[in-house]
Amino acid sequence: MKKLFILLFSFLTITAYAEAPVEGGEFKPGDMITHHIADDYNWHFADGVTLYLPVILIDNGQPQVFSSSNFYDENHELVPYNGYMVSHGHIYRADANGQPAADQSSLIDISITKNVASLFLSVALLFAVFFTIAGSYKTNQGKAPRGIQSFFEPIIIFIRDEIAKANIGPKYERYMPYLLTVFFFIWFNNLLGLMPGGANLTGNIAVTLVLATLTLLITVFSGNKGYWKHIFATPGVPVWLAPIMIPVELIGIITKPFSLMVRLFANITAGHIIILSLFSLIFIFQSIAVGPLSVAFATFMNFLELFVALLQAYIFTLLSAMYFGGAVEEHDHVGDHGHGDGTHH
Amino acid sequence: MELVTPGIGLIFWQTVTFVIVLFLLSKFAWKPIMTALHEREASIENALSAAEKAKLEMQGLKAENEKLLAEARMERDKILKEASDAGNALIETAKQKANEEGGRMIAQARESIENEKRAAITEVKNMAAALSVDIAERILRKELSNPQAQQELAKDYINEVTLN
Repeated sequence: MKKLFILLFSFLTITAYAEAPVEGGEFKPGDMITHHIADDYNWHFADGVTLYLPVILIDNGQPQVFSSSNFYDENHELVPYNGYMVSHGHIYRADANGQPAADQSSLIDISITKNVASLFLSVALLFAVFFTIAGSYKTNQGKAPRGIQSFFEPIIIFIRDEIAKANIGPKYERYMPYLLTVFFFIWFNNLLGLMPGGANLTGNIAVTLVLATLTLLITVFSGNKGYWKHIFATPGVPVWLAPIMIPVELIGIITKPFSLMVRLFANITAGHIIILSLFSLIFIFQSIAVGPLSVAFATFMNFLELFVALLQAYIFTLLSAMYFGGAVEEHDHVGDHGHGDGTHH
Repeated sequence: MELVTPGIGLIFWQTVTFVIVLFLLSKFAWKPIMTALHEREASIENALSAAEKAKLEMQGLKAENEKLLAEARMERDKILKEASDAGNALIETAKQKANEEGGRMIAQARESIENEKRAAITEVKNMAAALSVDIAERILRKELSNPQAQQELAKDYINEVTLN
């Protein structure tokens, strides 16, 4: 355990040090932090240890695939390549002067970025873990779980009993695959994001947008008669209020997944920003004496983030389950007239 | 601003990858895991209910055994009581019979004593009669030894006989 801590400390120090502006120039913590939490075309583990990832562009329907190393010269400075250039973390068509061209239409960038690579890594990890567990259930049939199986089984049962069954009701079973996948996907990626050199995948709004959209789509498509009736003819609300109520309810459909999207993105990104800011203090004060304090705070934050990683996965899954539960709930309209509060119970 | 602008590339990869992951994990991980969990829970449930049933059966058997034991005990008590009753009755009748026999024997003895007594009394009477006749004969013989006395007696008899 002690060794693990030392290892953790050394890693943290390395990542912080690696981002220090050794090339000279003023240290800009804002740039360093943005660089860390934003996406990139290469995976920078440490100075000199950089994995250049493939760039995939669809330019007017023509696919273009090349290594992102082409954008860097020997001094690790950005250079245009093949009529394209990288500026502020995005690929643009370059004009003759090496500036982004005026016409950027129909240039689609689906490169394997750092986040996409991290996504693939997490998927490989998810497959490795859960196919192994599924295998153990076959070989270990009817017996007590063992090894990795006994670690994940309580979590799976918790998601089934406390999240799905409790919030969705008798139709919980068909939502189990989504809830389990989303929980472990978020959790694994949150943890991978905390690893030194890890990508900030779950703190990227594109990822949380996709996850929230899936929750929205599942909710809308599993909405039963009662769910739609609550939106278009909220029980207990006078008919003349409908022009107000219907837009409000429709906005409500969107705001729920929107809050899911923002919550996960903001929590994970904020955690990264705080840890990176604590390390930046060393370079802002330019004093080694700040080091121990920064490391102590950052270690504390890291432990907090470990908890947040699990908590955010739980919250996303729980709220998704609650939205599904609201969509499939058998509404008792006679009883609803009494409250008429318009909320989904 | 860049942070809150979703990139099209990542949206694309995330959607494709997540849907594939969802599909593959559902098919090859969640399904077997959930089925196995369900089966195991069902088997545990079954085992528990079977144990409960066995317990109830045991209780039933025990109760039955106790009932049988109680019945046997009651039967024994009954038999014992009957036996003692029969014994008592036997003793009672024997006693009664003995009493009766005794009474009868006493009565017989008394009767025979009475008879003997009567016979003895009769004999005494007869003997006394014979003795008195004898005595009278002897007296008469002595008195009537002189003719005068015979005369006088004859006279008395004649006087006694009243002639109508």
